[in-house]
Amino acid sequence: MTLVIVLIVVAVLLVASGALVVGTRSRRRGVPLRQAGPPQPRAPKPPPVPAATAAPEPETSAVIEAPAGRPVLKDRLGRARGLLAGYFDQVRGRKGIDEATFEELEEALILADVGVTTTTRVLADLRDRLRSGALPATDPAALLQALQDDLTSMFEGDVASLAYADGEGPTVWLFVGVNGVGKTTTIGKLALRETQAGRAVVLAAGDTFRAAAGEQLESWAERAGARIVRGSDGADPSSVIFDAVQHAASRGAGLVLADTAGRLHTKVNLMDELRKVRRVAERPPGQLTEVLLVLDATTGQNGVAQARQFTEAVGVTGIVLTKLDGTAKGGVVLAIRSELGLPIKLVGVGEGPADLVPFDPAEFVSALFG
Amino acid sequence: MFDTLTDRFETIFTRLRGRGRLGDAEVGEVLREIRVALLEADVNLAVVRELIEAIRARCSGAELAKYLTPAQQVIKVVNEELTATLGGEALKISYASKPPTVVLLAGLQGSGKTTASAKLARWFRQQGRHPYLIGADLQRPAAVEQLRVLGAEIGVGVFSAPTDPVSVARGGLAEAQRLGRDVVIIDTAGRLAIDRELMDEVRRVSDVARPHYTFFVVDAMTGQDAVQTAEAFHQALQLDGIILTKVDGDARGGAALSVKKVVGRPIAFLSTGERVADFEIFHPDRLASRILGMGDVLSLIEKAEREYDEEVTGQALQRLQAGTFTLDDFLDQLRQLKKMGPLTGLLSMMPGVPKEMRDAKVDDRDVGKIEAIICSMTPLERADPTLLDGSRRLRIAHGSGTSTTEVNNLLRQFKEMQKMMRGMGPMAKLMGGGRPGNASKSSKGTRKKVKGGRVTPSSKGLGPSR
Repeated sequence: MTLVIVLIVVAVLLVASGALVVGTRSRRRGVPLRQAGPPQPRAPKPPPVPAATAAPEPETSAVIEAPAGRPVLKDRLGRARGLLAGYFDQVRGRKGIDEATFEELEEALILADVGVTTTTRVLADLRDRLRSGALPATDPAALLQALQDDLTSMFEGDVASLAYADGEGPTVWLFVGVNGVGKTTTIGKLALRETQAGRAVVLAAGDTFRAAAGEQLESWAERAGARIVRGSDGADPSSVIFDAVQHAASRGAGLVLADTAGRLHTKVNLMDELRKVRRVAERPPGQLTEVLLVLDATTGQNGVAQARQFTEAVGVTGIVLTKLDGTAKGGVVLAIRSELGLPIKLVGVGEGPADLVPFDPAEFVSALFG
Repeated sequence: MFDTLTDRFETIFTRLRGRGRLGDAEVGEVLREIRVALLEADVNLAVVRELIEAIRARCSGAELAKYLTPAQQVIKVVNEELTATLGGEALKISYASKPPTVVLLAGLQGSGKTTASAKLARWFRQQGRHPYLIGADLQRPAAVEQLRVLGAEIGVGVFSAPTDPVSVARGGLAEAQRLGRDVVIIDTAGRLAIDRELMDEVRRVSDVARPHYTFFVVDAMTGQDAVQTAEAFHQALQLDGIILTKVDGDARGGAALSVKKVVGRPIAFLSTGERVADFEIFHPDRLASRILGMGDVLSLIEKAEREYDEEVTGQALQRLQAGTFTLDDFLDQLRQLKKMGPLTGLLSMMPGVPKEMRDAKVDDRDVGKIEAIICSMTPLERADPTLLDGSRRLRIAHGSGTSTTEVNNLLRQFKEMQKMMRGMGPMAKLMGGGRPGNASKSSKGTRKKVKGGRVTPSSKGLGPSR
């Protein structure tokens, strides 16, 4: 049986690969996905009186309390600085620059998940400038600064703010990503931020697959003072999102945050489903202004593949980097920025409702360096 | 990717012709390539360093094996080193003499603990046990709800309470004992290893629960940080094993290697999909190939055996042997193949494919076109493509939204394949391919053949009978 399967698979694949001229895309045949039921958006809940939101998670004493107002990235990462700082301190402490210096820099960047390709390129560039005399060969601190500047400048021109629609109709922000990255939690935090800024927000429970996903989002809706539109389990996510946009439009709500089920970018059917979700999300009256890829900071080089596939499927406009309050450095975003040009919009630094900060390249890179 | 590494090595080793030993210089170059491959696979830097030295020690000055090229020899050593690091003693679950056997799951947020808890419960049930689930994640909204839904799906009870994780663990154990359950699985909240408070909490849960097995649940796409986190959890909880999740993606999975090396405990299970049935025992050799970028052929074949409808494939086999493999058979097989995920890259993982063909790209959209074309044919046409004259082909092209060129191409390719299959028919029969459902030669120890609860596509009219 095994051999037969192998033979058949090989044969089929050979035919499939050689058969057609690469040309116009054909419409994908609708492949029945997970069980679809008729969508029944829940009667939207009456907006709760702006309730006291849960206090942010108490920080351990090692962290400086975030100053009142906008939490600053550097402060939230205080706990996690230790590991790489050691490498850079060592480099700084040297008398000159030699091969060992570059080895240490390479190690630090690899450990930060920057990846071999980007690391090699960045360091090669530094080496060139050393050779040409643009950088002094006896000043490790200057070298470090140059590296820091190089990395920061990779985000040059990026805008961290999220775009609102101009004109009639609600703004729609779509959240996509693989399983477990923090899409729902991010939406919850963002919903709170926006309602606190005075906007009327509607959450679309577009994850109709995961057990209790709707309940999870609903608890965030309550916390944030936002409405929520849900479908039945297994309902078509596109319908739920469509209904949410309709609902928002009819109530004059300005913003729809659409959640989707986590999905591995390698699953063809699921990516197709997501394509459809995007098509529906951008239908009037809604105006889709952001498709945000939520990425876990602990992710290694697979993050690049994720970013690539999701962008190809639904046109990602920006990244939300989550769980940066841990020890992972999230360096893969440098590789993603370098290869795909995707900007980072937001950073998640905890599970609490206030744990969301705008991305600041200088802060992010300097946090890498400790 | 197999060919990429091997090919890269081949060029390095061409200079080696005529010499009896693996030269240090060449080995050095090859090791650099391996280092890059492992780092790109997210294996931790320190672990990579150790591995490279071990490989270098085995390769430098070693005699050239008679039946392997130098490149293959090095790859073999690398594979062996990786497998040895990943393997060693497999985890054997032994049950407590005084039930229940308690299992605790811990890990970072989003690693897949809750889903893994349910999968584990189902797995224990398949082993003939009576599992019980305890939902001690009171942190994440609706986490307990999620576990309850999954529990209901698999028919396993779930205990929780809106108090605190330690009380829940205590209460859950008492309830499990009252109900006479012999395995208890405790799901805990995701937590950062550096969160002192939460790490203390999970330690307290562990103290109360006194688990026989504590599993660290880690996401296959985790990067370099896996080591730090694993070490911290190991220190706090004394881990017994590792569960690697989201293995069905294309992450190379180097984190598994790092964690295993650092923690020194076996990787027990792999979570290979979103369905509760997507759970399997870990095989070190397969992950070794995957980390090296060589694909996971054996798992692929096993997966195919699981997903492939036996009846349909059995019939295809018969036609194969008779030399009458039709477009309908092809369509059925193509559809089954699609269920296994993206086809791009699949070809490169298949054994025995000639080099020139390995890089052939399979665009999943083209597969859709092929389906459309075949479905636009009448059953008679599918059974006998010689019927297809110009006007029929035109009709098919229109019906499928393709061009006559594309239709012609497909038919030409298919004819070639038929010829190829005819030649292979007798060989397949010879190799005992007659009985579908044979265990594959890959099994190490007992391998439960799990029929994942997939709905097999109803054969939409399996062509006319002969």
